[in-house]
Amino acid sequence: MRALIYPIRRAYILLRTEVFALPSRAVVFLFSLALLLLPLYSTDPYVLRIVIMTCVFAIFAASWDLLAGYTGQVNFGHALFFGIGAYASSLLNYHFQLSPWITIPIGAISAMLGGILVGIPCLRLRGSYLSLATLAFPLILIGLLFAFPGFSGGELGISGIQRLFTYPVHNYYAAVILMLVLCFAMWKIGDSNTGLIFHAIREDEVAARASGINTKRYKLLAFGLSGLFAGIAGAFFAHFIRIAGPSTLEVALSFQAVIWGIFGGVATIYGPVVAVFILYPLTEAVAVFPALREYRLLILAIVVLLVLLFMPQGLTPWLRNKIETVCRRCKNRNVFWRRECRVCGTELH
Amino acid sequence: MFQDILITGLVNGGVYALLAVGFSLIFGVARIVNIAHTAFYMLAAYLVYAFLNIAGLPLLVSVILAVGLVTALSMVCYKLVIEPVREYESAVLIATIALALIFQESLLLTFGGNFLGSPTLIAGNMDVAGVRVTYQQLLTIVVVALVLAGTWFLLHKTRLGLAIRATANDLEVANLMGMNVGRIAMYTVAISVALAAIAGVVVAPLFVVDPLMWLAPLVTMLAIVVLGGLGSLKGSLIGAFIIAYVEAITVFTVPAGSFLKGAVALSIMVVVLLIRPEGLFGVAFEEER
Repeated sequence: MRALIYPIRRAYILLRTEVFALPSRAVVFLFSLALLLLPLYSTDPYVLRIVIMTCVFAIFAASWDLLAGYTGQVNFGHALFFGIGAYASSLLNYHFQLSPWITIPIGAISAMLGGILVGIPCLRLRGSYLSLATLAFPLILIGLLFAFPGFSGGELGISGIQRLFTYPVHNYYAAVILMLVLCFAMWKIGDSNTGLIFHAIREDEVAARASGINTKRYKLLAFGLSGLFAGIAGAFFAHFIRIAGPSTLEVALSFQAVIWGIFGGVATIYGPVVAVFILYPLTEAVAVFPALREYRLLILAIVVLLVLLFMPQGLTPWLRNKIETVCRRCKNRNVFWRRECRVCGTELH
Repeated sequence: MFQDILITGLVNGGVYALLAVGFSLIFGVARIVNIAHTAFYMLAAYLVYAFLNIAGLPLLVSVILAVGLVTALSMVCYKLVIEPVREYESAVLIATIALALIFQESLLLTFGGNFLGSPTLIAGNMDVAGVRVTYQQLLTIVVVALVLAGTWFLLHKTRLGLAIRATANDLEVANLMGMNVGRIAMYTVAISVALAAIAGVVVAPLFVVDPLMWLAPLVTMLAIVVLGGLGSLKGSLIGAFIIAYVEAITVFTVPAGSFLKGAVALSIMVVVLLIRPEGLFGVAFEEER
């Protein structure tokens, strides 16, 4: 009996002191719970499909943030990693009939290698040069794919790939759990010592190097990690919609990652995820009304523009600063209605 | 084939040069990476198409109207959208992406997604060394040369040009010398978009217009600008012709070349960056702090 009570008690204390102490964490916790319980309420394949796609793009946007937001390597060709993941896993599945359980990890690892390969020339570039040069890489790959249509399927891509699971609900849980685990992992990386070094490289690379940090190794690590996570998203995407086409490498998808990342707020991980969960279902919901269907991209662009005019640092930092205050002494966050800090007891305001 | 490469490269290079010089100008003065630059070019191409073929206006009137309207629109966009978020670099970036998407969707809704062909501004052609050169291509080359010469004159022989170059060189010192940096940035936006609009106007009859026509030249233009060195006008000019000739050679000599032309051009950019990270004519990075 004691063996059972102890972990429950620990979980309760963790929830009370760490999760429900801050409104932002409570919202994330409740939202994850709601995502996991959604199939009990509705198993409509259309709804599940939208949430699955949202989860895939949330992983993709968060991986962009790890590279661009944390490390400051603003990547304009992030679709490259998504496309490598999608193409590598679907080529293996199509030509060698390997199971998705093997092809998705291989796709992710190829994307990680692609990330490191792209990272090597990018070590010499900085700022706008880096952004504009990275834009080129997915387009070079598209050119190569189109030049060998027999192997890559050309403009039509590779279709008829195996699904991970047959039932929509199983796919749904795979996507949601994957998203929650990977985004939590990325958030943890961003919060760790490595994440601190990433921040340092973005803020002042020379100072970081002067402090004895091998900035080249950490930049390559950022490229590799970001490629790995984006590759998982790409491979899962290909196996879910059962086609890997050139649209996974297009400029539009790269720009989409930039929009999600900056709209949500950079260097946060949860920011881009929130942005995807707002913007992607919004465009799908707009498409439900036939009169508005043609306007959906226009509406998306206008929403992004208006939100940015009022919150130039992105949506989540603005919201978070409204509902939480930072303690001046210990830098811990508190709910805005607290009079003294929950950690060190200093008077707030 | 050699002559084909020569002419195609010259025409495309001229159009790319107009785009890249304008983009470089605004990057140099205001540090804005204007993703919507080629969207303005597309807008001008559509406007000249509409004025000529739908409204039936005379040629010169529609060209002047198209360039003037697009330039005015760019200044409005700068005031309303870019200026309020100038402090936040990333916000400026996606504001320009959003602007480009808004233009694309508005054109898609007004004109539909079809490819629209516009009749040539001047009909006829002549033979130069055994190659058929249409008067339209000739006109493009002449217009590009004149406009580039005009831009050079404006930048080097007028007070406004001096102010623009001073701001590009050092924004803070220019501000301390009593120049209105904000206003100069707006004039630069207008000049740079006017160059893009002229490129769009001469291109409309050469190619077909469609609402996605801004993406391909955007990527080429960015490659050119990076190749030549960000903010360097000479670099953009030379880079434009390098990329245009590389594309033309790939298309005419390599099998499946039209698929590979973008890949080859971009690979050249990557190779140049590996050897010279600041581009051909860029200023080497000071470690900015």
